[in-house]
Amino acid sequence: MSDAAHAHEAHGHHAQPTGIMRWLTTTNHKDIGTLYLFFSLIMLFAAGSMALMIRAELFQPGMQLTHPDFFNQLTTMHGLIMIFGVIMPAFSGFANWQVPLMLGAPDMAFPRMNNWAFWILPVAGILLMVSFLLPGGAVAGGWTMYPPLFIQGGISYDLTILAVHIMGLSSIMGSINIITTILNMRAPGLTLMKMPLFCWTWLITAYLLIATMPVLAGAVTMLLTDRNFGTHFFNAAGGGDPVMFQHIFWFFAHPEVYILILPAFGIVSQIIPTFARKPLFGYASMVYATASIAILSFIVWAHHMFTVGMPVAGQLFFMFSTMLIAVPTGVKVFNWVATMWRGSLTFETPMLFAIAFVCLFTIGGFSGLVLAIAPVDIQLHDTYYVVAHFHYVLVSGALFSIFAGIYYWLPKWTGHMYDETLGKWHFWLSVIGMNIVFFPMHFLGLAGMPRRIPDYALQFTEFNQIATVGAFIFGFSQLIFLAVVLKAIRGGARASARVWEGAEGLEWTVPSPAPYHTFEVAPVLK
Amino acid sequence: MKSIGQAGTGALALGASQAVLADYAYNLQTPASQVAADVFQLHNLIMLVCLGIFVVVFGAMFYSLIKHRKSVGHKAAHFHENTTVEIIWTVIPFVILVGMAYPAAKVVIDMKDTSDPDMTVKITGYQWKWGYDYLNDGISFTSSLSTPRAQIEGKAAKGEHYLLEVDEPMVVPVGKRVRLLITANDVIHSWWVPALGAKQDAIPGFIRDSWFKADKIGTYRGQCVELCGKDHGFMPIVVEVVSEDDYRAWVAQKQGAAQAAAADGARAFEVAELVERGEKVYLANCAACHQADGRGLPGAFPAISGSPVATGPLAGHIEVVLNGRPGTAMAAFGGQLSDADIAAVVTYQRNAWNNKMGDLAQPAEIAAARGGAAEAAAPAAQ
Repeated sequence: MSDAAHAHEAHGHHAQPTGIMRWLTTTNHKDIGTLYLFFSLIMLFAAGSMALMIRAELFQPGMQLTHPDFFNQLTTMHGLIMIFGVIMPAFSGFANWQVPLMLGAPDMAFPRMNNWAFWILPVAGILLMVSFLLPGGAVAGGWTMYPPLFIQGGISYDLTILAVHIMGLSSIMGSINIITTILNMRAPGLTLMKMPLFCWTWLITAYLLIATMPVLAGAVTMLLTDRNFGTHFFNAAGGGDPVMFQHIFWFFAHPEVYILILPAFGIVSQIIPTFARKPLFGYASMVYATASIAILSFIVWAHHMFTVGMPVAGQLFFMFSTMLIAVPTGVKVFNWVATMWRGSLTFETPMLFAIAFVCLFTIGGFSGLVLAIAPVDIQLHDTYYVVAHFHYVLVSGALFSIFAGIYYWLPKWTGHMYDETLGKWHFWLSVIGMNIVFFPMHFLGLAGMPRRIPDYALQFTEFNQIATVGAFIFGFSQLIFLAVVLKAIRGGARASARVWEGAEGLEWTVPSPAPYHTFEVAPVLK
Repeated sequence: MKSIGQAGTGALALGASQAVLADYAYNLQTPASQVAADVFQLHNLIMLVCLGIFVVVFGAMFYSLIKHRKSVGHKAAHFHENTTVEIIWTVIPFVILVGMAYPAAKVVIDMKDTSDPDMTVKITGYQWKWGYDYLNDGISFTSSLSTPRAQIEGKAAKGEHYLLEVDEPMVVPVGKRVRLLITANDVIHSWWVPALGAKQDAIPGFIRDSWFKADKIGTYRGQCVELCGKDHGFMPIVVEVVSEDDYRAWVAQKQGAAQAAAADGARAFEVAELVERGEKVYLANCAACHQADGRGLPGAFPAISGSPVATGPLAGHIEVVLNGRPGTAMAAFGGQLSDADIAAVVTYQRNAWNNKMGDLAQPAEIAAARGGAAEAAAPAAQ
């Protein structure tokens, strides 16, 4: 980063604070991207430790390490933090670093709002983490926050509502910034349909965020007033309806699922062409498929609620609409495979993670298709099958794409090549560990093990033990990732401007590390 | 479901392999009802289709990963679109999905048809047990986990049905259409018995219905599957499917027990008698939160030993047990326990641990505290 600071002075801007004040007051998109990514990394280890505590308790039947209530706190906070504190901030970090670089823009459209969007996040993170220390402990009602259970909890439930509000506000500010930047600040000649796919996926994601975050804010505000001010939105005894919360929540949370995966599609769509040394196959159909997925995401929410007791027509509608999502998702997978087809492939760590993403995300897609079939979903709803499904999508999907993206752009950000040997160790241990954790969970769900239970019947023992072993392999492999990142920041082989032989796009035309200010004069497209 | 068997290409293999797969730990539980069997078939069909697609797509990908490597000297081609191919791989998945949607829709319609039941049972979810009301035979009871705490805490060897055993199973006759009316008393629960193919959320304030018809005599086990608080993992479901004769005998026995329990409400008890009975009621209903030693869990569940309620005026104590504390996990037990049981548990709480009050509550006082609606509100004791 010191190189970046020198580059900055060379440009002769106003003197800038140093130390902690530099990071608190920064409006530079690269600084803010770095902050998002470090915040996400810290939260990854916090929420990952909770996952390991969960898996340790589940290593054998009986209660050994935790109390059932504390176990529920762990599962709830693991979910909330992984979604709002790890995956979403990481994608925001990528957007901050890469969107201006890819578009040839000097910075984000609203730099000061960008600073705010980041700096309120740690406040939300602290509210969530501190709640473990409060009377009654952290939130234990599940990340889905279903009333009336959520109404029963103590003070930490109110803090969590506040934290969700803050995180939603941060996402909305970030999204406004990204949309405005993409629509207004592209280099001359860079039309929307020439834009890198990562920008397209984030543009669509930002619209999803703006459309759904206020819905979540409304839902949790109603919880807040039900809890504290005597309203009965979700209390049947007062004329309310607990199921109404689920409708509102999933109207937010299904698009949220795509918020967590569309930027991943974007990252992978940048990486595969680079290492196949061949342009992305079906660029236009990729854009249309992304948009179709986003639009469909608004009409499928009740597939999370097949067991609440819907009319036949409702079940059929939500089953058919959900199955339809397989079509554009399939198009994406076919396009990635076609991009690799007859390329000139090399397998550096970013490419390995991208290939694992395509394979394993598709397994999550298939289990999603199984769950879309309403009668099968009714059998498998709220079992470990669902846990397996969404971890295939969010770990080998979202998280692996983040790893891929970090390895891919780290040389551009730091100016140093990462350690390829360590990177490969990280990849293989992660991909093997991840499958050992989550694949057996399909069998647990099929055999009838409910999710969110701290103790289980004896027939579930073997698969739980396998999963726990895998979890510790997977969890501790992430220390290698930490080492690779820190090592690349401190030094290493110097990276060229283009970094990768097959890399295309404006971000590879600036030196590595990218200077503190780039594209102060708009680039001319060839 | 014959049509599904004929629809898919893999269906022939399916029919033969189902019996083998069914007892295997890698698939859904052995179905014991037509709906569960339909779901089982549907799942196998979809898995085969997914497996086929997976092999084709990733076969192509791995072929490419091996043959089109730079290290073997492969030069990159430069094609990047092909409208025909793109249309084909949009249309083919769509057609496959339609093929899946048709049999699935038939099962949906079948599952939702709760008409013409032979009998109806109302099921109520409580934190953390299940209540069963047989609307045709006038039987009511609650069903809680019977696994001893010692097994859970690792102080005793775990039994064969660890965590999947209850004190009072639901009993139904074989081959009868049983309609379930499912609701909850406090938070959302979900009633699920995998082998019977019936799962329905239990939602407070609303009654939803489901149904099953068990094909075989046997014991079928399930669990609550909607997170409902601390002891969500400890409220199993056991359904005993018995012959029609055995069912009639069970009904007669339960009805006799209910009459005996009703008689309890009318007589007066001694302190010692109530304390002894109250300890059992306490362990079954209160100890999950307030703990067997009455000390509660600081910050989450208050202590009863030395609490102002249990050492204060009797009327206030009865009021809390009957009506609960709205907005907290403290349930209203007035609708769950008989007058005699509430009198017993209140007396126990006032005389156990450090609470040496020496007084007692009689069933008649509980009936009076209910405000005249005693007969209507109090279900029969277990």
